[in-house]
Amino acid sequence: MSMEPISLTRRDFVSKEAVRWCPGCGDYAILAQMQRVMPELGVAREKIVFISGIGCASRFPYYMNTYGFHTIHGRAPAVATGLRLARPDLSVWVVTGDGDALSIGGNHLIQTLRRNLDIKILLFNNRVYGLTKGQFSPTAQKGMRTKSSPDGTVARPFHTLALALGAEATFVARTVDTEVQHLQEMIRRMANHKGTSLLEIYQNCPVFNDGAFEDLKDRKLKSDHLLVLEQGQTLRYGAKQERVIKLNPMEARLFAGKVGEDDGGVEVVHNERAADPTLATLLSRLEGPEFPTPIGVLRAVEEPTFEEQTHALAEAQRTRLGKGSLGELLFGGERWDVS
Amino acid sequence: MERASNSEGAGSGSKPVPAVEELESVVIRFVGDSGDGMQLTGAEFTRAAALGGNDLATYPDFPAEIRAPAGSLAGVSGFQLQFASGAIFTAGDAPDVLVVMNPAALKTNLAALEPGGMLLLDAGAFKPKNLELAGYEQSPLDDGSLANYRLVSVDFSKQVATALQGSGLSTKEVQRTRNFFVLGLLFWLYQRPTKPEIDAIRRRFVRRAEIADANIKVFEIGYHFGETAELFQTRYRVPSAKLAKGHYRNVTGNEATALGIVAAGQLAGRPVFYASYPITPASEILHNLAGLVRYGVTVFQAEDEIAAVTSAIGASFGGSIAVTGTSGPGFVLKQEGIGLAVATELPLVIINVQRAGPSTGMPTKPEQADLLLTLFGRNSESPVAVLAPATPVECFEMTIEAVRLATEHMCPVVLLSDGSLANGSEPWLLPDLAELKPMRLVYRTDPEGFAPYLRNPETLARPWALPGTPGLEHRIGGLEKEDVSGSVSYDPINHEHMVRTRQAKVDRIARGLPPAEVFGGEEGGLLLVGWGGTYGALHEATRTLRAEGCAVSHLHLRYLNPLQSNVGEILKAFEQVLVAELNCGQLSMLLRDRFLVDAKRLNKVQGQPFQVREIVSAARALLPKGVLRELRA
Repeated sequence: MSMEPISLTRRDFVSKEAVRWCPGCGDYAILAQMQRVMPELGVAREKIVFISGIGCASRFPYYMNTYGFHTIHGRAPAVATGLRLARPDLSVWVVTGDGDALSIGGNHLIQTLRRNLDIKILLFNNRVYGLTKGQFSPTAQKGMRTKSSPDGTVARPFHTLALALGAEATFVARTVDTEVQHLQEMIRRMANHKGTSLLEIYQNCPVFNDGAFEDLKDRKLKSDHLLVLEQGQTLRYGAKQERVIKLNPMEARLFAGKVGEDDGGVEVVHNERAADPTLATLLSRLEGPEFPTPIGVLRAVEEPTFEEQTHALAEAQRTRLGKGSLGELLFGGERWDVS
Repeated sequence: MERASNSEGAGSGSKPVPAVEELESVVIRFVGDSGDGMQLTGAEFTRAAALGGNDLATYPDFPAEIRAPAGSLAGVSGFQLQFASGAIFTAGDAPDVLVVMNPAALKTNLAALEPGGMLLLDAGAFKPKNLELAGYEQSPLDDGSLANYRLVSVDFSKQVATALQGSGLSTKEVQRTRNFFVLGLLFWLYQRPTKPEIDAIRRRFVRRAEIADANIKVFEIGYHFGETAELFQTRYRVPSAKLAKGHYRNVTGNEATALGIVAAGQLAGRPVFYASYPITPASEILHNLAGLVRYGVTVFQAEDEIAAVTSAIGASFGGSIAVTGTSGPGFVLKQEGIGLAVATELPLVIINVQRAGPSTGMPTKPEQADLLLTLFGRNSESPVAVLAPATPVECFEMTIEAVRLATEHMCPVVLLSDGSLANGSEPWLLPDLAELKPMRLVYRTDPEGFAPYLRNPETLARPWALPGTPGLEHRIGGLEKEDVSGSVSYDPINHEHMVRTRQAKVDRIARGLPPAEVFGGEEGGLLLVGWGGTYGALHEATRTLRAEGCAVSHLHLRYLNPLQSNVGEILKAFEQVLVAELNCGQLSMLLRDRFLVDAKRLNKVQGQPFQVREIVSAARALLPKGVLRELRA
């Protein structure tokens, strides 16, 4: 490790590869914010690795001037797991999409979250397959008409964050591609989290699912549709913060109410560090039109990582039995001699 | 020997001392219920033979079900062992002694016993319910159907019940010691010292002293029963084999593979990463390695086969010696991952312990039918190197060889083991540590002139440039890359160049390989060709035929892709070529295509290894009629 302070700029993270997303794609904004935040993190560029699967989002590593690995469909978390286990000195990032992470790679995602390796997962969710030209994805709203569902889809979508919380992920957050400052802050937060972090980024696909998140982006509408989570704050939103998400304690459910109104509900103070993921799970299920969409950190708890526990077991075995040698390996068991 | 049926409990007064007969080799097969401890009994008797200095080979043959319904035909588990005073290469075609724990085991295995063979059975297990489960209408003990065998019928159940009366163990626990009674009896019959076994039982049941005591007691009673019951007029002695001097241990193929993986890391001084998803018959590699993590091996039990291969690829990208192990169905799932390693030109070793298929097939039974899958089972042109160990012991060095080739040539290498190698065991003359060559794994560190696909002009390997190295930041991936620069490229000429380069890289491995060796003559007559776990049967068949004066030689391929440079030459030097495989003709198809030789086929797909006699008779059928040609000196 270099002892000198690392001073890098956004440009140090821009690769020579020409960026090839469609004009207006939300991915540009995410790439730009990532390149902007990276220099602040104090991690040497060569220590950073971006790993992706397949899909529009997964081209991301080619555009970052770090180490990068564009792998196969759905498997980025598994490749990242191997790399991180083998090389705990590296800062390992996964870039994936809703199809890549939640359909073909669903199992790898939840297993990685369950194990809690220190891997930072950016999940670009545009609710559609872009690279294959517009089929419904596992986050497509029920009834969505696409090339492969001309009469509408019949299955309900995944609540991505509820799924992650079901796996008891230690860091779960959401943002929107156009919320530049918020996006940057979320990237910083996940960079500093020790354990698997999942950031869902609602991202517009201007070609196949344009306007999917319009309510969250429209200047007039968004104050009523975005619930910005802040640690230690109540769940207020609306142009004048007059609206609030409350808990109905008898039914253990959240509902949208008004500040100061006697509706039997109680205001809840957001605690991302709660050990129990139940309240976070209730939040993760809120969606329009009835509810605002929460963005921010739903859960951030400290737990030992998979890699440190795995390596600690090996270390304990070394302490108990020694580090071993070739001779001990081969000759150590039950043997006999012929002379 | 006289038939000694139902003579249990006999013997008092003057005891005739049994004669001792010396034998060159003995084949014993233990058969019983999955829960009867046949694998343990076989393994314990194997240890005694090994400690007695015999050459030996074993073949465990068991069902996939852990505990099939007790007494059922499906639940029969077997363990065959050959031990000898001379060199042997297989676990034997047919047992000389069949140890039978219940009627179902008799029903499924009696056909293997030659008339006159010894049948040692537990008469206590031949009760109406067990007979019915095995489909016997009448007890074979009573209907004369066993008259052609040397039947030794003892009520094991009663013996152990009497021996352990008042031990405080449950009836079930008492009955579970029956296998140690048989073991004791066989120790007496083959004159094995009891002390090492008693020690071994103590070690094995260290946490359950009462079970250890019971097993030891029953083992000793079995031993003395041999002496006092006058069931046998002869005891046997199989003298020590004239094995090469040195230190020995007994290993199965899976153990040797695991040791090879660890040894590769030690020889290279680099970390090892092993990822696997549990699958029969490859799981023992995972189990063995899990106990050896202190050697710098990171063991990862992945969520599935795909995660196992792709996590290994991630570790390889990070500079580890990356290995993933599996069997047929899992190997199929790994193919896309292997293709990624082909495209990104990362070193990766994939171990496929082949089993009978298709689909789930017969998980515990060996087959060699994944060769074409290995070579051609991925989309597009996707060459990998392929190696195949010939014996359980060879799994060690071939695993190290696979790591060496993968890391030197920056490509995936598939090691094709199989169920019989994996579970079969033999004595291993431990290598001289000084003979194990250190491996040099080179990581690129110099940023000067670096490009991700800049190739070594000799091997065509690209540099292994690890994340964490300043100045070498680069991106790899499954999209086609421009040679040298590694930029994404759809250029048609570049694509063809890359396809041919990846092929040439694998082909050039042959340059560094030793020439293939033929056992027997250099030319003329019949050449038997095989690969992988069939080595023992082919070798023994060749020796048998040559002893009879037949001009038969044997070529056993350890390198299946690329083939060693002299293979074509060898094939053409013989008048006839017979390729023997446990599949429908996969290697023979490759050899016919590659060398235009009229290779004949001997194929067996029963989930069982070749018997020596099957190969001998197939070879004889090809030899000129009536003429057994003299061998040239």
